[in-house]
Amino acid sequence: MKQRYYQLFVLILVLVAGAAVVTFTEGKPLLGREIRTHLGLDLEGGVQALLEADLPPDTPVSAEAMKTARAIVENRANGALGVGEATVQLAGDRRILVELPGEQDPEEALATLKNTAQLEFVDFSDLTQQQAIALVGQKIKTTNSTPITAGTPVTATQAITPTARIWPTVLTGADLKDAGVATSQLGEFYVSLEFTSDGAKKFGEYTQSHVGKVLAIVLDSTVLSVPTIQQAIMDGHAQITGNFTQEAANQLAIQLRYGALPIPLKVVETRTVGPTLGADSLHKSLIAGAIGLAIVMLFMALYYRVPGILADLALITYALLTFALFKLIPVTLTLPGIAGFVLSIGMAVDANVLIFERLKEELREGKSLHRSIDLGWSRAWPSIRDSNISTLITSAILFWFGSAFGASIVKGFAVTLAIGVLVSMFTAITATRTYLHIVLDNVKGSEKPEWFGI
Amino acid sequence: MLNIVKRRYLYFGISLLVILPGLIALAVWGLPLAIDFTGGSLLEVQFTGTTPSTAEIEALYTSQGFGEPRIQTSNDNIAIIRSEFLDNDARAQLLDAMKERFGDITVLRFDSVGPTVGKEVTTRASGAIALAALAIMSYITWAFRGVPHAFRYGASAIIAMLHDVAVVVGMAAIFGKVFGWQVDSLFLTALLTVIGFSVHDSIVVFDRIRENSTIYRRLPYETLVNHSIVQTLDRSINTQLTVMFTLLALTLFGGDTIRHFVVTLLIGVFSGTYSSIFNAAPILVVWENKEWRTWFKRGTAQAAA
Repeated sequence: MKQRYYQLFVLILVLVAGAAVVTFTEGKPLLGREIRTHLGLDLEGGVQALLEADLPPDTPVSAEAMKTARAIVENRANGALGVGEATVQLAGDRRILVELPGEQDPEEALATLKNTAQLEFVDFSDLTQQQAIALVGQKIKTTNSTPITAGTPVTATQAITPTARIWPTVLTGADLKDAGVATSQLGEFYVSLEFTSDGAKKFGEYTQSHVGKVLAIVLDSTVLSVPTIQQAIMDGHAQITGNFTQEAANQLAIQLRYGALPIPLKVVETRTVGPTLGADSLHKSLIAGAIGLAIVMLFMALYYRVPGILADLALITYALLTFALFKLIPVTLTLPGIAGFVLSIGMAVDANVLIFERLKEELREGKSLHRSIDLGWSRAWPSIRDSNISTLITSAILFWFGSAFGASIVKGFAVTLAIGVLVSMFTAITATRTYLHIVLDNVKGSEKPEWFGI
Repeated sequence: MLNIVKRRYLYFGISLLVILPGLIALAVWGLPLAIDFTGGSLLEVQFTGTTPSTAEIEALYTSQGFGEPRIQTSNDNIAIIRSEFLDNDARAQLLDAMKERFGDITVLRFDSVGPTVGKEVTTRASGAIALAALAIMSYITWAFRGVPHAFRYGASAIIAMLHDVAVVVGMAAIFGKVFGWQVDSLFLTALLTVIGFSVHDSIVVFDRIRENSTIYRRLPYETLVNHSIVQTLDRSINTQLTVMFTLLALTLFGGDTIRHFVVTLLIGVFSGTYSSIFNAAPILVVWENKEWRTWFKRGTAQAAA
């Protein structure tokens, strides 16, 4: 029995040492991954946006399309915006939550994210080169951008002016595999395109049957250039030329690479927190947390004496373990998250209070100290278990609620509360008990009843 | 020994006294719902130069075509402006106009929530609370399956929980009218935490009843319940105190952003402890004696006790 407590004590020491290493490692790699504190937007400042599929509410949105859209938005956020740390998550069936920490200019960032850069290759084969050039820079309608309602004969519109006509789309950005920038021998910048195998096949077939005709490259409904097909292009590579500066070519390539969204998105919610407000909140809540913890520890020590001091030690163990877990998992710390953590300190203490009250009761009834300790723990256990399970149930429901709406603050709170409850079950129950047995074994006179607040 | 159960109707009365004004406020003024639920936008902005008057800000909003802004200014050059939902372009346009008119500004916070999102949040929030209540009630009924009438324990815990919800929501209605506080998703988080805490407290008392009922089989139920409440009283008060300490520290030093949230928690947690001692356990006794049969017969004889 005794030996078990020493084994446990060693285990706890190892855990605490590990947790301390994790807690005090900041921004450095540890065991192959970078360990650092992840701060939420409310503490660091940044932009959070909720994007929603811009379709009528009763139109079903396929999960596959949402997944693709999420991946594209993530690419744009990390690649094109260069935020680097953007998180992009699905929230519910038709929404995407985007978080851009540290982003200062939300309006511009969102414009970039939402920009669809819809690339199309459009059949201009019945136009002469001259007629086609006249259309460069104009907005046109294509079969891809205009939904064709049943019964509308597409050919009937051909006689009308070119801008009112609906042009047949040959390929879209979806057939594109990659886009990059290159320079020609004359030093002009152009955008090189590589099609998917499917796209290459379509492109090859089309160019083969339309040699000498005009093929328009259309970006977001605007005619960009009107090259004439010189020969069949079978290898799936093409170029967009047109007096680009390096920057313009680069931008176009990025837009093409991060592609067309499978479904249109609109911004339904944005939250911007300035960096000053975030830093201020972080500073204040940390101070508040420290003061709260100090008062609680003082109270426990004064009221419960020796066990109280040991519970305080367990509380420090608790704080270290929890914080290390936050960094390892990682859990993004938000203001309500810190509040949840502080609240879970209260609950961690509650377990000890429950046990110590039982311990005192047993001592008053004249039982021996070791017997009272065992009884105190075993009798307090059902209350601790049931009450903590009900808190975990609440956390789970909060988490679900938070995920469905992209309300990441609610989610952060739920996660920190749940982790807090789980860790506190270990520290308040196992750690405190181990500490108590070790002290009773090794410190003379520690078993006097007055040290137990009686 | 302290007899809490005997004076149960007095404690029910105190609860009513606290809850009724809040419920009346709720009925008369309604809940001051924030943009999280209604949709709209909130701009918190700090001016570098002189702070413009509310009339000036309002004029600027109107000139940009954004109607009826509600503006609060504070003494450190900060204004909080609530208005309709503004999309990306509208926000850029508004901020440009502000910089032009009032000089350099710092955007502390700019939230904009679409109306459909707000509506959906409201529905789901009610759903979340109902689901939490149901899940917890089921769990308690299951955890107390060894004692007779296990369902009563679950139901009583939920009644005490509804008591705390009523206190907190009523408070929100009053504070909304008096101090201009708003009910946002943080408030919802606080409310759900209070629910968890309230049940947590009730379970500790119930657990003692469960344990005692196997030890003292002969004791009348009323005495048994009272005994259990008194035995857990030290724990209830001490836990209450430690949570209060941490919450008070957060209220005093935690900054403005979470102050409303923490005060809501503080009130809710206090109510949670009260209801678990003075409502949840005594309700078990009322149920056991089926006292409602005498409530309307001989008037208030019982209540005066």
